[in-house]
Amino acid sequence: MSTTTITFEDRPVACQTGESVLDALLREHIDIPHGCKQGACQSCMMKSLDGAPPPEAQNGLKDVLRHQNHFLACLCYPQRDMRVGRHTSQQFNRATVIGKQPLNSETLLLTLHCHGVMDFHAGQFVHLKRADGLSRSYSIANSRRHAHRLSFHIRRLPGGRFSEWAHGELNVGDDIEVSDPQGLCYYLPDDKERNMLLIGTGSGLAPLAGIIEEALHQGHSSEIHLYHGSREVDGLYWVDEMRELAQRHAHFHYTPCISRGNAPQGIAQGRANDVALAAIPQLKDWRLYLCGHPDMVNQSKRQAFMQGARLQDIHSDAFHVASSTQE
Amino acid sequence: MTENTPSLYEQLGGEAAVNAAVDIFYRKVLADYRINRFFNNTDMERQAAKQKAFLTMAFGGPNNYTGTDMRTAHAHLVEKFGLDDSHFDAVMEHLTATLKELNAPQNLIDQVAAIAESTRDDVLNR
Ligand SMILES: Cc1cc2nc3c(=O)[nH]c(=O)nc-3n(C[C@H](O)[C@H](O)[C@H](O)COP(=O)(O)OP(=O)(O)OC[C@H]3O[C@@H](n4cnc5c(N)ncnc54)[C@H](O)[C@@H]3O)c2cc1C
Ligand code: HEM
Ligand code: FES
Repeated sequence: MSTTTITFEDRPVACQTGESVLDALLREHIDIPHGCKQGACQSCMMKSLDGAPPPEAQNGLKDVLRHQNHFLACLCYPQRDMRVGRHTSQQFNRATVIGKQPLNSETLLLTLHCHGVMDFHAGQFVHLKRADGLSRSYSIANSRRHAHRLSFHIRRLPGGRFSEWAHGELNVGDDIEVSDPQGLCYYLPDDKERNMLLIGTGSGLAPLAGIIEEALHQGHSSEIHLYHGSREVDGLYWVDEMRELAQRHAHFHYTPCISRGNAPQGIAQGRANDVALAAIPQLKDWRLYLCGHPDMVNQSKRQAFMQGARLQDIHSDAFHVASSTQE
Repeated sequence: MTENTPSLYEQLGGEAAVNAAVDIFYRKVLADYRINRFFNNTDMERQAAKQKAFLTMAFGGPNNYTGTDMRTAHAHLVEKFGLDDSHFDAVMEHLTATLKELNAPQNLIDQVAAIAESTRDDVLNR
């Protein structure tokens, strides 16, 4: 619990109490890829070379990776000296852009055809990488029924390097690289009798739409409640599509929400998480999916837990935007 | 006493009992205005892992914590946030209430309380 020593490529680095392995290595100018520093983007994955890393540093990793002692350097606060190595470079697959359509003024529906078969769970995310190596995380917006097709909802951030490029310069017919799917925020077909509550803000609808498509396809028999929020009506999308889906499936319920101004007929007034958690006060045995703005995700996680949900039943992807220094 | 007497941890139900207790205990702590400011860190998974470490220790389970570790883990809370006996008492309340909720027998609850109580001076850095 005091200072520990991290050995990286034969070089010892002191790691102070309360300092993550990532911060210790970066402090010594060792270049470790990273993004969110919150355990969300998984770009800082490393491997422990001398036994199991602290379990909380493996949050969100797939079982295979856990067993191979991979861990997220930004979540790793060592309790003992450790020898660590780089995660053998990510597997990337080639894909071709086959569709580009606006969902609203700031969000693009990007559809890719993957040359290999993608084995993913609905709700997972991938890293998209362009030719110069710049890569960002985006959630898969479709179900597993399409083994070669992946679609994404990419929100344009003013001055955002990847998103501006994807909106403005990436064209149908271009090639792009796609990492293996990652993350644990996905639909589990093992428990079709459990109610599901899904809350998303902005492009956080992407993974939720994939999860809902998958759940309905799998014959999920209990209630599925979706709350999608944005500041204004312009920020919402797929309103008609989701309403239509709700008409076809009696156990699927959809509530679009806006947090500013007066909500028109059929749209709830308030932040999506506030509206949802007020409408469903008792969440014992519910499964939750929370995607989008990190503040929304963190607040809702806590609130849902207080309203009876088990932590292990709360799945989330906080869309942490990479820090401006990251390449 | 034979050599086969199960330990307190085993009598309580081992790791499964700790797992069952974590959510209940953590929810009580977060709901208690007297102490929840100590746990306002947003990373709930990490917090829950620490709660698990706490409960494993109090249940007499395997852990490597020493009194010095307890001092270091709580020193900044004493110095910067005024951690004192009243907060310690609140945690003790939630610990016993959690075990009651899980229908643990009173004699085991008493033993858990005694283990937790024995750390008081270390936790409060006295
Ligand atoms: C698990 C996960 C899933 C995600 N899923 C999605 C998804 O489905 N859809 C989606 O749209 N996004 C998603 N994201 C977010 C996405 O990965 C990107 O972070 C986002 O698109 C921004 O990338 P960018 O390159 O466009 O912006 P960046 O270039 O990384 O910039 C981010 C912000 O910082 C500002 N900035 C950049 N450089 C500077 C500077 N020098 N000074 C000041 N400000 C600066 C930019 O203006 C911008 O607002 C996800 C993130 C995670 C972690
Ligand atoms: C009853 C006796 C107590 C015991 C046995 C105990 C035990 C522990 C243990 C084992 C840890 C984890 C240390 C680590 O691995 O870093 C910890 C951390 C912590 N404890 Fe305690 N604790 C006790 C009382 C308290 C009280 C009364 C408070 C405040 C009300 C408190 C607040 C905390 C906090 C805030 C942390 C750090 C969590 C973090 O780093 O995120 N503890 N405690
Ligand atoms: S997961 Fe560690 S930097 Fe994003």
